[in-house]
Amino acid sequence: ERNQADVSEAKAGRTDLIFLIRFRHCCLLRNQRCLLAYLYDRLLRIRALRWEYGSVLPNAIQFHMSAEEVEWFNRYKKSLATYMRSVGGEEGLDLTQDIKPPKSLYIEVRCLRDHGEFEVDDGTTILLKKNSQHFLPRWKCEQLIRQGVLEHVLN
Amino acid sequence: MSEAYFPVGPGLGMEENFLSLDDILMSQEKLPGRAESALPRLAVLLGQGAGSGESVPEGSKLEIPLWLAKGLHDSKRRIISVELPKIYKEAWRTVFSADANVVDLHKMGPYYYGLGSQLLNFENPENPEIAQTILQASTFIARFRRIMDSSQNAYNEDTSALVARLDELERALFQVGQKGLNDFQCWEKGQASQITASSLVQNYGKRKLTEVDG
Repeated sequence: ERNQADVSEAKAGRTDLIFLIRFRHCCLLRNQRCLLAYLYDRLLRIRALRWEYGSVLPNAIQFHMSAEEVEWFNRYKKSLATYMRSVGGEEGLDLTQDIKPPKSLYIEVRCLRDHGEFEVDDGTTILLKKNSQHFLPRWKCEQLIRQGVLEHVLN
Repeated sequence: MSEAYFPVGPGLGMEENFLSLDDILMSQEKLPGRAESALPRLAVLLGQGAGSGESVPEGSKLEIPLWLAKGLHDSKRRIISVELPKIYKEAWRTVFSADANVVDLHKMGPYYYGLGSQLLNFENPENPEIAQTILQASTFIARFRRIMDSSQNAYNEDTSALVARLDELERALFQVGQKGLNDFQCWEKGQASQITASSLVQNYGKRKLTEVDG
């Protein structure tokens, strides 16, 4: 508001106030730049979350996101899913799988936390208790490993 | 978080990246300058006056951050004129040409290269020499060799002694080199195909985020 008052004064004839207006304008632009950069950086991190963590975010993280950011995340998820469906044939291609080149179809995993029961393709269920080790197909465990529930064990 | 998060990097040359956090920090650095004309009512804002309504007299020395200098600078130079900080002046330039590896660039303003590139925006008769010094054999090229060598050969060591004397641009280069080295070692050990938990999740366990009900 002070700037507005000065602008009207300047137009009325006091030309030496121009730099003052310019000064305040600089400050306003600076604040705007800092805010925009902060918000943009948050969006970049949220985008990274989709790739690193999966499509469902834990509650604690969602709590810290604003409503617009949650909306942005959902829209990004949808665009990504549409894109993945359009690439690679009939059922689409899951780009978030196999981030590191796979060496084998089945992998050895150790459970880090109690996670309950887990169903495998042929119908058997496995109970994931802390410190139990299993030999499971790669595509089923990849997400759980990234979320920290399982640990990939190399021989 | 580290694999999929790509922050906006600092700008190259004379332009800054608007959204780059590094550039914002860099443009906060202060430059010495002089007020060319009397500036009424700015005294309070610039920390020099006791009450509002005082004017900063003509010709007085000011320390202003880069973003303010860029905003107030006018080609007709009515408001502010900017002087070069000490480190870009003649005396230091001779130091650099003597031996560039010895200078502690972190202490001298951690954004030596970035700020120097931005200074070329203000007209100044010494500009070509500054540009020469920043880029040429005096500083960057001379120090670069050492940075490259040390980043590629310090595996799993405490690098704080090496990194302490580098400014921000050089530190970024150093980290890129280290990352390359670590990735290569990881591949050699056969860990390249091991799926790891995202670093965000690893921090999740260490820090107690506020609990949410339901």
